[in-house]
Amino acid sequence: MKELLSSQGFILLLIFGSYLFGQWVFKKTKIGILHPLVIAIGIIILFLKVSGISYERFETESQPVSFMLGPSVVALGYILYQQIEYLKGNVVPILTSIFVGSLVGIGSVVLIAKFMGADDVLIMSLEPKSVTTPIAMSIAEQSGGIPALTAIIVVFCGILGGIIGPYILKMLGIKSRIAKGLAMGASAHAVGTAKAMEMGVIEGALSGLAIGLMGVMTALLIPFLHHVFS
Amino acid sequence: MKIVKGVFLILLFYFVGECVSYLIRGFIPGSILGMVFLFLSLHFKLVNPDNVSSVANVFTKNMAIFFIPAGAGLMANFGLLSKFWMSIIVICSVSTALVIAVVAIVEQKMEKKKEVEE
Repeated sequence: MKELLSSQGFILLLIFGSYLFGQWVFKKTKIGILHPLVIAIGIIILFLKVSGISYERFETESQPVSFMLGPSVVALGYILYQQIEYLKGNVVPILTSIFVGSLVGIGSVVLIAKFMGADDVLIMSLEPKSVTTPIAMSIAEQSGGIPALTAIIVVFCGILGGIIGPYILKMLGIKSRIAKGLAMGASAHAVGTAKAMEMGVIEGALSGLAIGLMGVMTALLIPFLHHVFS
Repeated sequence: MKIVKGVFLILLFYFVGECVSYLIRGFIPGSILGMVFLFLSLHFKLVNPDNVSSVANVFTKNMAIFFIPAGAGLMANFGLLSKFWMSIIVICSVSTALVIAVVAIVEQKMEKKKEVEE
């Protein structure tokens, strides 16, 4: 039985099945923290614990799915290409605000983490927290963090940013629709973009652009900062 | 045919990205370099967007599935999570709020400045 349950066919079935179930639960409950990804990961961890199948075995059998992470990051280049037209006429303000945002995002993580006594592995896992999950995981892996931890942190930040974002923007008296969209996408990636789309078409489009720009900017800044400060 | 072309192009850019990443000793991950190269090639019309659009859409719309295996790796790092969950929540909350504020303020200020100059 264990032989069947740890076969590649079943492991792949489990991954797709638990994700579908996660989407269904998320749609029914509409509770932010019950994100499909969180549910799917929860089900799989539970399954591995109960069945006694090791994570190493699961990792080997799930290789076809995890390999797809790299190509799907590459495919984001097409999405960025589609959104780049929103940059027109505002190149300098948009690039500057995302650059400063990326720098503040990384810097604040490192400073607070050092102050709270977190260790380096945790800091590396936290640094790309404002970036869309696949890019964030590649960055964390590169710099010595734990991609799995980064994935959960990114989802958490997305949900959080989606909830607090609109309040912060209101409190600061932000009127510019471009600024609203950029801030949502830069801080809360896809979850923030969903919220930005509720605000309006321009907000949604710029939030989408911000995801890509923030990803590239942070991927370049983190190794650079590590190089300078080490 | 278009699907095959699209998959080929994505894999090609991924491999080129990996090659460059190898040359610069992994300073920047290969997948991210591949993304930048694909973007540039589309932008400078070296690649016809119609050839990658359908595959790119399928890949990116259902991306979350691809991180499930790695996410389950959390299992192996449960100790770290349970030890530092408080720090993680504080850091994420403060830093996320700061990013929202900074991006929105800088963008709005620069837009206004531009309008005044014009």
